[in-house]
Amino acid sequence: MSKALDLITRVRGVRGAMLVSAEDGLVVAEQLMEGIKGSAVAALAASLAGKLRRAMEAAGTGTSVFWHLQADQGALLVVPASGEGGILVVAVAEPDVNIGLVRLELLRAAEAVV
Amino acid sequence: MSPHTRAVESWTLQPLTDFVRESSVRLVLVLTPSGQVLAQSGFSRAVDVMSAAALAAAIVASTGELARQLKQAPFAALSHQGPKHGFFLATFPADRGTLAVLAVYDLDVSSLGLVQLFYEQLAADLKAASPKGAAQKQVLAADFERELTDSLNTLFGR
Repeated sequence: MSKALDLITRVRGVRGAMLVSAEDGLVVAEQLMEGIKGSAVAALAASLAGKLRRAMEAAGTGTSVFWHLQADQGALLVVPASGEGGILVVAVAEPDVNIGLVRLELLRAAEAVV
Repeated sequence: MSPHTRAVESWTLQPLTDFVRESSVRLVLVLTPSGQVLAQSGFSRAVDVMSAAALAAAIVASTGELARQLKQAPFAALSHQGPKHGFFLATFPADRGTLAVLAVYDLDVSSLGLVQLFYEQLAADLKAASPKGAAQKQVLAADFERELTDSLNTLFGR
């Protein structure tokens, strides 16, 4: 798990990576820079993931494979890993991070943790 | 402010209202470990408050005793998750004495992570708002029924 997170945090501009339980919003594993509150990010990511999943089901668009939340001072990037566990692979990044590269590493990490 | 949030002790009202709004919990009780309710949110019947408070107080007492027998500090929090609902029970020290918070949440609307996150804020807000230097009021057996009736009348606006 830590190896999967390593690959994400190596990307320039990424301030932390986490594995989060989608069902209860708790941290499973994390590698975060100082000042990032892991429990808050995990709770936010799981809450958004749950609402997004229901909204997408209602809209008939299928399940999400990647989502990106851009804020003034940072970005949250999430890939839901498939499988029984319901794990979210989450990256917290600078606002100007290379989104494509982070997405690639998140997808790789999601494959590794299933 | 939610019409379903009522407090016996008014200093608990704002922190509890904030907690309910932010964590999207369905039911909350703020109580003492002896089962005396200080505030509630989401309950519509007095009998439900009485049952939940008595059961929460019993859990606090039994887990406290279990921790004592294991020579541990009392458990900080207890969580149980069913297929549709979860409950979270935690205690913290305040100037008013030890307080317990019981929260029940729908898994479709909230999560343990959210409840834990905003519980930390609730505990901090209640500690800050708790009357300083106030001696903990002793509820005597002789006064228990009257105290209980008064509390329920306040909580349900009677």
